[in-house]
Amino acid sequence: MNVSSAPDPMLPEPLRITRAKREMHGVFTFELDVSARGGFPFLPGQFNMLYPFGAGESAISISGDPHQPDRLEHTIRAVGAVTRALERLGRGDVVGVRGPFGSAWPIREAEGSDLVVIAGGIGLAPLRPVVYHALRRREAFGKVALLYGTRTPDDILYRKEIERWRGRLDVEVEVTVDTAGSDWRGNTGVVTKLISRAAFDPGRAFAMICGPEIMMRFCARELERLGVSLDRIWITMERNMRCGIGLCGHCQFGPSFVCKDGPVYRYDRVQDLLLVREV
Amino acid sequence: MEKESLARSIAQHSLVAGMSDEHVDFLSGCVRNVRLDEGQLLFREGQRADELYLIRSGKIALEIHDGARGTIVVETVGGGDALGWSTLFPPYRWGLDARGIHLAHLFAIDGACLRAKLEADHGFGYAFTRRLLNEVHSRLQRARLQTLDVYRARP
Repeated sequence: MNVSSAPDPMLPEPLRITRAKREMHGVFTFELDVSARGGFPFLPGQFNMLYPFGAGESAISISGDPHQPDRLEHTIRAVGAVTRALERLGRGDVVGVRGPFGSAWPIREAEGSDLVVIAGGIGLAPLRPVVYHALRRREAFGKVALLYGTRTPDDILYRKEIERWRGRLDVEVEVTVDTAGSDWRGNTGVVTKLISRAAFDPGRAFAMICGPEIMMRFCARELERLGVSLDRIWITMERNMRCGIGLCGHCQFGPSFVCKDGPVYRYDRVQDLLLVREV
Repeated sequence: MEKESLARSIAQHSLVAGMSDEHVDFLSGCVRNVRLDEGQLLFREGQRADELYLIRSGKIALEIHDGARGTIVVETVGGGDALGWSTLFPPYRWGLDARGIHLAHLFAIDGACLRAKLEADHGFGYAFTRRLLNEVHSRLQRARLQTLDVYRARP
């Protein structure tokens, strides 16, 4: 009889919420206590299945610093039954966690290149670990740009953190909103406009994009127009993930499973699939 | 600024970059320098559109006023952008307001002068219109994406 000692990937691990922070309306961040298990190592771009007991599971990207595995963070937008159940939890409550699952942003491969991080709306959460990594290993990259678009000035995620990043002299940080009132003094317009203004060399840049699919397609098109090779553009996909290990088939995306082969994909490998309406 | 030096400066703008010296010189006869202070109105919806602007630096908000919602900023434009297509097409009236957010420096191209030159020299007209079309194409792509309101939360 062959008995494996590896942890069962289908078994949620109960972790206590040590900090619950409201980021903006309907969006909140949980920090989970991983001290008893000696930390929670993960790669930027990976996700966990979070389980508010009795309500079901939801795939949530890890949004914390990969260099601080003792702090496990997730930023969640309450849009469905499970995420609304998570929203009702607070400090001291326990959630079930399975993971980390999925592919990662190619941060090692991008070293030596200019790095363009493009995020839309809540899509900044899965890219925040990339930003943390790039800032911590700043010398490993050429130019680094974070281009962030969101709906209105009230919808800017991690606002204080973005302001802090923007204060650095070695990173370009630009924010734009789709619409604003006359009291907003920042950029208004879609995030694609920031791309052509950013200071990077299209011939030696890596781009990592996360946001709604339409936004990612528009951004990839703009990057291509500027001369960025499609095999240096990476995106992250969102699908209905259930098992997290490529068994159940709920997140099938063409020949791949987003939970196992994704969620991070090289753009040229999925660009045609993105246009197939039945997938 | 002398005409020669003005032509050299205009040639740096992304809308004009790559144009022949002859065409840039031809265009520079219609151009003057404009400074727009923070909060200052460049033009207002409904007024006569008599200049096309090439923004050199700064930031300008394009605003639409709605009685119920107040002033809505639909886009901000800055260095490298061109502003003021309405000056090329009848009835030559602005479709929105433009207001300085940060101090801006612009080249203002006289609309009547530009239209006359576009007609007088079709080689220049083609070169200029092609660049303008590229700018309009980009603006249209952005407007489409903006219309989709992609960041709205959906279950």
